[in-house]
Amino acid sequence: MTSSPTLSRRSTTSGPAPLRKSRQGGADARAGYTFLLPWLLGFIALTVGPMISSLYLSFTNYNLFEPPKWIGLDNYTTLFQDERFLQSVGVTVGYVVFGTPLKLAAALAVAMLLNSKRRGQGFYRSAFYAPSLIGASVSIAIVWKAMFGDNGPVDQGLSIFGINLGGWVGNPAMTMPMFILLTVWQFGAPMVIFLAGLKQIPNELYEAASMDGAGPVRKFFNITWPMLSPVIFFNLLMETIHAFQIFASAFIISNGEGGPAGSTLFYTLYLYLRGFSDFRMGYASAMAWLLVIVVGIITLIFFRTSKSWVHYSGDSK
Amino acid sequence: MTTMATPTQSAPDATAPVYNPKSESAGAKRAKSIAFHVAALILTAIVLYPGLWMIASAFKPNSEIGGGNTSLWSENFSLDNFVTAMDGIGGVSTLQFFTNSLVLAIGAVVGTILSASVSAYAFARIKFPGRGLFFGMMIATLLLPFHVVIIPQYIIFQQLGLVDTYIPLLIGKFLAADAFFVFLMVQFMRGLPAELDEAARIDGAGHVRIFGSIMLPLMKPALISTSIFSFIWSWNDFLGPLLYLNTPEKYPLPLALRLFQDQTQSSDYGAMIAMSVLALLPVLIFFLVFQRYIVEGVSTQGLKG
Repeated sequence: MTSSPTLSRRSTTSGPAPLRKSRQGGADARAGYTFLLPWLLGFIALTVGPMISSLYLSFTNYNLFEPPKWIGLDNYTTLFQDERFLQSVGVTVGYVVFGTPLKLAAALAVAMLLNSKRRGQGFYRSAFYAPSLIGASVSIAIVWKAMFGDNGPVDQGLSIFGINLGGWVGNPAMTMPMFILLTVWQFGAPMVIFLAGLKQIPNELYEAASMDGAGPVRKFFNITWPMLSPVIFFNLLMETIHAFQIFASAFIISNGEGGPAGSTLFYTLYLYLRGFSDFRMGYASAMAWLLVIVVGIITLIFFRTSKSWVHYSGDSK
Repeated sequence: MTTMATPTQSAPDATAPVYNPKSESAGAKRAKSIAFHVAALILTAIVLYPGLWMIASAFKPNSEIGGGNTSLWSENFSLDNFVTAMDGIGGVSTLQFFTNSLVLAIGAVVGTILSASVSAYAFARIKFPGRGLFFGMMIATLLLPFHVVIIPQYIIFQQLGLVDTYIPLLIGKFLAADAFFVFLMVQFMRGLPAELDEAARIDGAGHVRIFGSIMLPLMKPALISTSIFSFIWSWNDFLGPLLYLNTPEKYPLPLALRLFQDQTQSSDYGAMIAMSVLALLPVLIFFLVFQRYIVEGVSTQGLKG
């Protein structure tokens, strides 16, 4: 955005004839839309179009084989009496509310540990990042299921300390901690982003604070936290939105059923089951739109409240 | 929660010497350095344990995996699990699944590179009416839960008779549907000096030439990051193939793994974990080779894993 306006302004003033200005503008507009064509086509055909039609479908009964039947708000009102739906909301909210802050806390703590000029920093950074690259894959879901199963290494390892929980996979009370550990294990991606942010904080700030006798706690709350707040905000927003959409791990670990006792029935899994197992596509569309609305509201709340705690450099002027 | 207790406690200590080096004695400095490495190594062990356990289990006989073996070593290491895993499932060989995954991933990389670079050039370098609006919409799609489009998309592809082909899985890549990559490239291009295109324009070059012979060669780092991530995302994708593919001959590895899990149902854990290892192998190799690009890409662009 910053470069192009100056560019066209300069080229018009240096152009040989005043006529060039309008011709240039027209040519640019044509070129602009031509270059944008792939994205524009995709945006219309794969995003806007489908969004509108799923909004329409959410007010209908549609099973893919008969034409959609308009039923007004029935899908939405039924949702709130559907116990499985309410359960899927509970499961997902629990996962987002506990998993995301824990993951970000781990990411920030480790980033602070690594933010020093020591040898091996690059190695640790890569090692901690690796799980983020594979954590959402089917392979890892299978491994997680084996690790947390009856007599799996986790069960065995805990029994050394006299804790006998049995397999977590089959225990409705323990499936949520298992999924939270899976997401916390992937702290590496936000950690790398935190680390990049920490490196931007000028050392002089900490030196001056030391001179004034500030301890590590005060340095954290008075320097690190405010200076890092834009990065914290970015990570919090992206990780929260991301967490709502967990699917593959839940599908594999629960064999596509959301069990035991519905304790792994994540929102997107229930949406999939309704839409593509029961072919209740109107109902599933209503679920999808509800998710969009909720994520939209959360994003809005994040941006609204960010004014009070996120500090961008130059704000004080 | 031991994972978190360790770093939090030692973090302020470990970083202190950097901020205030003069007041530390050499001995205290070394003690802190040792504390840092002990903390970091314990954490490394915890983080890498699931991966190492997976690899070790792939070489263990079934009795030792199911028998709750926490150890990463066994007297009975063998390649048997891999031999079983390579046989495949449902009459389809694992090599075929590999080929399918590869076709999809390469298609995704080619499509994304072509479409995202062209679209990004329009956003970053051409002034046209509506640009700001479209750019805002593109950013908005970054935050949009894509579940809202999968049902209508499925209906469209079903009516076009394209279910059980790769077209629904690839068409979005050729239409720059992964907005993240467009955004990444726009950011990169904005960092390139405007004088470059200015000079070329004065020499009479059009947008096609400026894009092809000036921008593309300079964008190599962004193109490499995009290729790596679109490859890995496609390789790990599960929902797309689950929705669109019905015949096992066309399955990529994640779907094959799911089929394997369905049909063996924990009776052959060893082979299943061996196949999981095989499925992750290309990602791990990519990571080892392109580590720097990947981690830098994440730290500068906020790319997700």
